[in-house]
Amino acid sequence: MRETQGFKIYRGVVLTVLGLFVLVPLYVMITSSLKPLKDVQGAFSWWPSNLTLAPFVDMWKTVPLARYFVNSTIVSVSATVFSVAIAILAAFAVSRFRFRGRTAFTTTVLSTQMFPGVLFLLPLFLIFVNINNSFGLQLVGTRLGLIITYLTFSLPFSIWMLAGYFDSIPRELDEAALVDGCGPMGALWRVVLPAARPGVIAVAIYSFMTAWGEVLFASVMTTEANRTLSVGLRQYSTQTNIYWNQIMAAALVVSVPVVIGFLLAQRHFVAGVTAGAVK
Amino acid sequence: MSVATQEATPAAAKPAKKTKRGPEHRPGLNRWLPYLLLAPAVLAELLIHIIPMLVGIWMSFIKLTKFFIANWSAAPSAGLNNYKVALDFNNAVGEGLLKSFGVTVAFSLITVALSWVLGMAAAVALQPPFRGRGIIRTFFLVPYALPAYAGILTWNFMLQRDTGAVNHVLNQLHLSDGRTFWLIGSNALVSLITVATWKLWTFAFLTLMAGLQSIPGDLYEAASVDGAGNLRQWRNITLPSLRPVNLVLVLVLFLWTFSDFNTPYVLFGTAQPPAGDLITFHIYNASFLTWNFGTGAAMSVLLLIFLMIVTGAYLLVTGRRSRRA
Repeated sequence: MRETQGFKIYRGVVLTVLGLFVLVPLYVMITSSLKPLKDVQGAFSWWPSNLTLAPFVDMWKTVPLARYFVNSTIVSVSATVFSVAIAILAAFAVSRFRFRGRTAFTTTVLSTQMFPGVLFLLPLFLIFVNINNSFGLQLVGTRLGLIITYLTFSLPFSIWMLAGYFDSIPRELDEAALVDGCGPMGALWRVVLPAARPGVIAVAIYSFMTAWGEVLFASVMTTEANRTLSVGLRQYSTQTNIYWNQIMAAALVVSVPVVIGFLLAQRHFVAGVTAGAVK
Repeated sequence: MSVATQEATPAAAKPAKKTKRGPEHRPGLNRWLPYLLLAPAVLAELLIHIIPMLVGIWMSFIKLTKFFIANWSAAPSAGLNNYKVALDFNNAVGEGLLKSFGVTVAFSLITVALSWVLGMAAAVALQPPFRGRGIIRTFFLVPYALPAYAGILTWNFMLQRDTGAVNHVLNQLHLSDGRTFWLIGSNALVSLITVATWKLWTFAFLTLMAGLQSIPGDLYEAASVDGAGNLRQWRNITLPSLRPVNLVLVLVLFLWTFSDFNTPYVLFGTAQPPAGDLITFHIYNASFLTWNFGTGAAMSVLLLIFLMIVTGAYLLVTGRRSRRA
């Protein structure tokens, strides 16, 4: 690609238009979170004339945001830990062993990723209700039910990406560990995992993002006790008032950790996505 | 899909018992170890995906109304009745499903096309290195990194009639009187497409950008020497090189948009404008508002069959063309 004058104009136009498209909502989110309620209830203004941090204080009182935060954190962290652990084991098997059913496993797992969530939602809801009736184990309206559900959502992509990472680590390293008296699991723990650390981190961030942002199952599987942020933020619109400034403040606070995490790991994501697409 | 599972699972479940007892260095362990390693993943997938899917198919054949939800084994058989109701386009349920299907097709095709075009435009613009490229690239990924509901809530605010930024801008540019309804009525589809594209185009961008990095630079140099301009280089080098990436990308984008639930749910809440009634949202409401899970399950199975046919046809057509090429 040569940087002709035409290309430079093209680049300028594309980057300006798309830059604005991305920027405007982010700008609105940030500035509206700094406005008093009466300013977000009147005509829109680009510049916040009465700057205030009150929405960031009030948002914890209007709805039990702290509890939603705790719920989301516990659910997302647990789902991530289990999902990554399970994915590491499975990816190690797929990458290092040749066994019957290997292709069947990878295709089945990957294809579950492709099917719409609503397909599992109704039956899973009913299965959970009936498990509660038969065994007394409550899964609807508890964090446990959400953790079990969410850990499977990121599993297919995680296994796929980690297997690709493990493939790129030379087998000679494992073999050296085996000669030194490690079992296969020792080789995984001492050699493969440390070498694949960027991949593991990227997968963990992906799993966390998936659980943190999930809406469909949360809207059915949560009650007031285990409400997560994704549905909890709806509580700001009441019959009488919609607290848009607090919604924007809460949305901002909720987004910052995942956005930073993702942007830090983006390079590993790109590598994972390319490896997969080229395969 | 279920065929593949049956093959994989018994093999994975059995050895799990055997090896647990034995010490790690036992000979023959290596034969069973991979299955043992896969067992947790298989178990989780079975519990949350495979079994519910089979149960869902069974549910679509029984009369599962709210009276039987806690005691579903007592629900009477419905035969093909749930399917008949869902596909009878002359009554309200079937008509609603058909309309929702039409809206969803339009929504997916336009959103996928827009996302791909924007993603490609940005990826190509950022292909040659220049100062600030890294920062712009990172910035473009923010909508993808944002939790879906946070982005959609912001758009919801921007699309409000009296207090929103969209009407404000349109009014300032004298493009409208600034009193347009975006979240109810026929504009709901436009809003859905805009919001979904805002998030999705960055995924297309991420993927295409990764694909562009794997094209060797000397291909472009050789083409330049031959006097090919940028546009011809894009058509003759970039597009063909990205073919494998594009094949996967378009399919994934389509499957995602077709079953998009977050966007209509967070954007419209309980309002459900007919012009924004995407199919997953429709099935969700049909099931949980009336608690008639049997019909909902039948609609879900129909959706699955449709997506499988489209995916199969897509793979067949693209696969055949690749072989000929």
